[in-house]
Amino acid sequence: MKISIERGTLLKAVAQAQSVVERRNTIPILANVLIEAEGDTAQFRATDLDIEVVDKAPAQVERAGATTVAATTLHEIVRKLPDGALVTLTADAASGRLTVEAGRSNFSLATLPREDFPVMASSEYHSNFTANAAILRRLFDKSKFAISTEETRYYLNGVYMHVADAVEGGKALRCVATDGHRLARIDANLPMGAEDMPGVIVPRKTVGELRKLLDDDEMDIAVSVSETKVRFATPNITLTSKVIDGTFPDYTRVIPAGNTRRLEVDAAEFARAVDRVATVSSERSRAVKLQLDDDRLILSVNAPDSGAAEEELAVAYSDERLEIGFNAKYLLEIANQVDRENAVFLFNSSGDPTLMREGNDESAVYVVMPMRV
Amino acid sequence: MTDPETTHPHIDPSEEQPPVPLQVLCRECLSYGVMKPKGGKAPVARRCPKCQSPRIKAHSELFSLSIAHMDCDAFYASVEKRDNPELADKPVIIGGGRRGVVSTACYVARIRGVRSAMPMFQALKLCPDAVVIKPRMDVYVDVSHKIRAMMDELTPDVEPLSLDEAFMDLSGTQRLHGAPPAVMLTRLVKRMKDELGVTGSIGLSHNKFLAKVASDLDKPRGFSVIGAAETADFLHDKPVRMIWGIGPAAQASLEKAGIRHFSDLLRWELIDLTARFGSMGERLYHLARGQDRRRVSANAPVKSISKETTFNEDTANMEVLDGHLWRLAEKVSDRAKAKQLAGRVVTLKLKRANHSSLTRRQSLRDATQIADTIYRTARSLLDQVGDEGPYRLLGCGISELVPETQADITGDLLDPQAVQRAKAERATDAIRQKFGDAAIQKGRALR
Repeated sequence: MKISIERGTLLKAVAQAQSVVERRNTIPILANVLIEAEGDTAQFRATDLDIEVVDKAPAQVERAGATTVAATTLHEIVRKLPDGALVTLTADAASGRLTVEAGRSNFSLATLPREDFPVMASSEYHSNFTANAAILRRLFDKSKFAISTEETRYYLNGVYMHVADAVEGGKALRCVATDGHRLARIDANLPMGAEDMPGVIVPRKTVGELRKLLDDDEMDIAVSVSETKVRFATPNITLTSKVIDGTFPDYTRVIPAGNTRRLEVDAAEFARAVDRVATVSSERSRAVKLQLDDDRLILSVNAPDSGAAEEELAVAYSDERLEIGFNAKYLLEIANQVDRENAVFLFNSSGDPTLMREGNDESAVYVVMPMRV
Repeated sequence: MTDPETTHPHIDPSEEQPPVPLQVLCRECLSYGVMKPKGGKAPVARRCPKCQSPRIKAHSELFSLSIAHMDCDAFYASVEKRDNPELADKPVIIGGGRRGVVSTACYVARIRGVRSAMPMFQALKLCPDAVVIKPRMDVYVDVSHKIRAMMDELTPDVEPLSLDEAFMDLSGTQRLHGAPPAVMLTRLVKRMKDELGVTGSIGLSHNKFLAKVASDLDKPRGFSVIGAAETADFLHDKPVRMIWGIGPAAQASLEKAGIRHFSDLLRWELIDLTARFGSMGERLYHLARGQDRRRVSANAPVKSISKETTFNEDTANMEVLDGHLWRLAEKVSDRAKAKQLAGRVVTLKLKRANHSSLTRRQSLRDATQIADTIYRTARSLLDQVGDEGPYRLLGCGISELVPETQADITGDLLDPQAVQRAKAERATDAIRQKFGDAAIQKGRALR
C-alpha cells in the first residue's frame, strides 16, 4: 500500500479513529487503526468491539492495499506535522513497517496484519431514516449531562432514544437520560421512516463520538436502528455501535405532572448566582437552599465549616412560601440547558421532584430531585 | 523528649552509675513513697512496708510518667468466668461455631497453646477439653462501658482501641486526684477487679507506642513501666515487628533492607528511611528512638464500619448468602446509626473455600446509614461477582464516613419507594429500641 494524503484530511480521520480506541488495551490489535486504500479513497477503521468508526478520506492511491498501525502514535505524528503538508504512507510487507513521510520528516511504525483486525458483524437494521445534524445535536447535547456513571444500574449509562407520544400530540423522536437524581427528556419532530424504530439505549461513549459528526448544521445524518445496534452515517463517516442490552426504566411516572408552584427566572442570571453562592461550600454535594416568597428568590449556602453565602434575585413567583434545597451542580447543569427564554421551575413540596423547562416549551423538560437542607 | 544521641547508650558496665531514688508503689494497698539511696547503694524494694505484699512496683520515673495503655486480660473469657464460677479453672475459648476462629482464649487454654485468631478445630485439637462459648457481645459491651466510665473518671483523654483496651493520658491530673498517675491506674485495675470481676494490665510510659508495648510485657495483671532514661536500652534488641501495624508484609520489606531490630534502624538517616519506606519510614525513624508524638485523642476518627461472618459450611447458595448479607447490612447500619455516621462507599467481601478473597466496592452518590440501601448495593455487587463460589466467608461494610447529617439527603427519582423503606426502617429501629432486637424482623433475616 502506498498513499498520499493531505495532512488536515488525515488528521481528522485519524483523530476520530484514535478516540474510539481504548487507552488501556489487552488486545494489541484493538490499539490499531486499519487503513485500507483503493481507487481514490483511503478508509480508516477503528473499533473497541462495541463501537466501530469508519472514516473515508480522498487520497492519491499509488498502490492499493491495507495495513494496521497504532492509532495514537499515528495521530500524534500527524498532529505534529506542519499544516498543509502532504503525507505519504507506505506499507512495506517485507519489513512489516509503515513509513510515514512528510517533507523532511520520516517515521517508521510497526504494523499488525490486517487479517487480525476485528470487523464488526454487519446486521439487519430494522429502521432507517434521515435526520438533520442540528436536530440530533440538540437531542443528545441537552440530555447527555444526565447520563449515569453508576455501574450497578448499567442501563442508565446511556441516552434512551425512542419514539414517544409528543406532548402536543402526534409522535416524537425522544431522548431521555437520567441518573436517578436528575432527568432530561428532549423531543424532536419524528423524522420520516422512524415510526417503528425500536427504542435503544445509546452508550455514553457513542454519544461522545456521535457529537463529532454533528458540527455541520446542514448535514443530513443517516440513522439506522436495530434491537442491538445503532448506526449514524455522514457521506464520509460511519459510526456503528452496540446499544446497551437492558431495559430503560419507565421514566414517565417520574416526571411530575401536578407541580403547581411556578417560578420564572432569567436562567443565566440564576446560574451565575447559584455558582457564586456555592463557592463557600466545601462539601462534595454542594447544597443550595432556595427560599421563595412573593417575587423574591433568596439563594443561600450554609457550610458550618467554611462559611455562608446569600444572594437575592428578583423573580416571578406568586405562590405559597417555599424552602427547598438542591445540589448546586445539578441546578447549574439544567440552567445551562436554557438558551432562549426564561427558565420555568415547577415545584410541589420541598421533598418532591422539581420540573424545569424553557418558557412553556414542553419539548425539553428536566426533572431534578431536591436535597434535604 | 530527650535527644536520642545522648541517651542512646554505649554503657560501659565498669562505670558505676550514681544511685537514684526509687519511686515505689504497692499494688495491693496502694500506698506509695520514695526510697532514697542509702550509703551510696541503690535502694532495693522487696515488700510493701505497710501490708507486706510483694506486689510492689518500683521505678525511678514511676510517678512522673503519664501516658498509659490499659489492656484487659483475656477479656471475653474473664467475663464468662465471672458469670459462671464453675469455669474458673477450666480452659475457656470464646469463638463462634465449628468453622469460626478463636476470638479469646483464657490463660488456662493459652498454656495449652491456644491463641487468638487460631481456627477453632486447631484449638480444639490442642485443648480438647476446652469449654467453647459463643461470644455474648452485649454483655462484653456492657462491661466495657463500665470500664470506660471508670477511665473517664481519671482523665478526659481516653482513646479506646477496642472493647478491652484503651490509651489514657493522665498528664496534669496529679493535683486533681491528689496522687500520681501510676497510683490512679493501679486503683483503676483494682476497681475493675473488685467491682466488675475482670483483670487488666497497665503499660505506663512517656508515649503511646511505648505504653502499648509495656502493657504487653507482664500479662496478666501486669504493671510495666518504660521510663525515658531506659527507652533506648529497652528498644535496642527488640524486633521491629513489635510495632503495631508492622505485619508480615512490612516485616519482609524491612528485612530486605536488613532491618530486623530497633538497633538496625538507628543506623539509618531519616531521609533514607523516608525515601525507601515513605511515611512508614519516618514513623520507624522516630519509634526506633522511642519517639512517638501521637496524642491520646478521645475521638479517634472511625474510618470504616464492617461486619463479616464465616459459614459453618461453604456455600454458593444465593438464598443463604442473601439472608446473611441482609443481617450483616443490618448490623453495619446499627453501628453506623449508633455512631451517627454514614458511608459513601459500600464494600462487599467474599472468601472462597481456598481462602482467596474477593472484594468489590461501590461509591454511592449519597452517603447512607440505611440498612436497606447498604443491603441493596452490596447485593448488586454480589450479583456482579457472579458464580465464583462456594464461599466460606461473607462480609459487608461502609467507608468514607461522614456525619449522618450529610446522609441520605437526596432521594432517587427511579426508586421513589426508597424513602418509604427508609421510613419503615426508622420505625423498626424505634420498635427495637423499645421492645428488643427480636421484636420485629424482616423475613429475609430469617434465612
